[in-house]
Amino acid sequence: MNENLLQIQGLVVQFGGICAVNHLNLSINRSEIIGLIGPNGAGKTTAFNVITGIVKPASGNLFFLEQEITGKPTPVIARKGIARTFQNIRLYDDLTVIENVMVAAHCAISYSFPEAIIGFGRFGKDERRIKSRARDLLELMGLAHLGGEKANSLPYGSQRKLEIARALALEPKLLLLDEPVAGMNPTETSEFGEFVLKLRKDMSLGIGLIEHDMSFVMHVCDRIKVIDHGVEIAWGVPHEIRNNEKVIKAYLGEG
Amino acid sequence: MDFSFATQQIIYGLTLGCLYGLLAIGYTMVYGVLRLINFAHGDLLMVSAYVAFFGIIIFSLPWPLAFVGAAVLTAMIGILIDRGAYKPIRKSPRISALITAIGVSFFLENLALVLIGGRPKSFPTPMMFNGSLTLGQLKIPVLSLWVLAVTLVLLIVVVTIIHRTRVGMAMRALSRDIETVSLMGIDENRVISFTFALGSVLAAFGGVMWCMKYPAVEPFMGVIPGLKAFVAAVLGGIGNVTGAAIGGLILGLAEVLIVAIEPDWSGYRDAIAFCIMIVILLTRPTGIMGENLPD
Repeated sequence: MNENLLQIQGLVVQFGGICAVNHLNLSINRSEIIGLIGPNGAGKTTAFNVITGIVKPASGNLFFLEQEITGKPTPVIARKGIARTFQNIRLYDDLTVIENVMVAAHCAISYSFPEAIIGFGRFGKDERRIKSRARDLLELMGLAHLGGEKANSLPYGSQRKLEIARALALEPKLLLLDEPVAGMNPTETSEFGEFVLKLRKDMSLGIGLIEHDMSFVMHVCDRIKVIDHGVEIAWGVPHEIRNNEKVIKAYLGEG
Repeated sequence: MDFSFATQQIIYGLTLGCLYGLLAIGYTMVYGVLRLINFAHGDLLMVSAYVAFFGIIIFSLPWPLAFVGAAVLTAMIGILIDRGAYKPIRKSPRISALITAIGVSFFLENLALVLIGGRPKSFPTPMMFNGSLTLGQLKIPVLSLWVLAVTLVLLIVVVTIIHRTRVGMAMRALSRDIETVSLMGIDENRVISFTFALGSVLAAFGGVMWCMKYPAVEPFMGVIPGLKAFVAAVLGGIGNVTGAAIGGLILGLAEVLIVAIEPDWSGYRDAIAFCIMIVILLTRPTGIMGENLPD
């Protein structure tokens, strides 16, 4: 049995009178890829926002590595080892490609202002380590030659890769990908699928995945949770989900 | 107008411009990070002036110590303003923060009025900043040289911090997207505090030098310089540090030179800055070096 990374119990999120997530349970283990799917507005991204501490839940508990993280500040959760990417790419478009990765790599290292300003001693060494780590990650994502470019000058596909490089710079144990293959063509999508599987194998990451591309989800995920209007409607391995009547109804509507 | 007169006026204009620039950098940095016009920033000029004044007069500190003390205390008050007034409403609509900023400004001015009184106090300018050098027909005040040198050094320090250090990188990232910065494990409030502290230190240096140029310390002394520095920040392109310094210089030069060319207009001195502001907003709202920042 693999080590448990994330445990969500009875999560409820409300926006005004709307219940965006209703009693969601979810567990992600190390080296496991869990898909979170459902029609638009089902509450998938909201669930990610709660895990990362951006949205506070109305009730329910979240544990990461057996420690309670419910309601903890976002930076604290990030430093524990949860990184994410976004549905709509959110890079620091004015920073260079390598700087984007370095911003995230910083948090792996203790950080005090006098040290950050006076650039010597331990700080100088850390700085070189951060830079070389950022370079390695760009290499891994095939962006090494673009390090000095401004992030907003990259083509769309490379921006997606840069977002993942930035997330990996946090040295996460759990990686949350929000629609990572949106806008990719079938070749890019299948390449990306292989990449995610390799990532899981090499770094034994736990991965949570929101995606609408069903063949991608079915190919990559170990288990899939389907939610609709904030409520779980199915849970199982890909071929179970594919043939689940409730899921088909939720996606296609009732005939 | 002969050459030496013109040079003389340019030196005065540059001196004034540097002081506006020092204040404008603080405005522009806070705006860059929080999209907030910190109207209390001008009052930090007054805070640092009083701290230096009391340091020298009441505690008989040697002036370098009093000036450093002014910088440190002003930085702490800058952080306190953010933590006390702006942080609690960080997620509120921007107009709330703007109104709060005006409130903080009135609060500081009137607090000084209540605690210290409204009578202007004469600032004890240390000997070494007095006097002037004579070069032919040109008289260069020693203070002007100090102002130019200190401003240049501080500008280089700030630009280096923003572009070469970690905290600077975090500041630049923060100015694009606060939420993702916190997702990178960086405590955004520490970076924001640092931004306020840095801006406040510049305001403190500006304040002390302002007092040596116009040696009257009073609770409302920061209002007009603050507003003009805001104009300078807009003129240079708000959010851009170098732009703020350039905006300050242009403003200082414009003010001094227009009055030098047409002495009858000296009563309109303060109007010049605001006329420039109107023209800039009509013709190039992003300012000289500005770009469209994301909301």
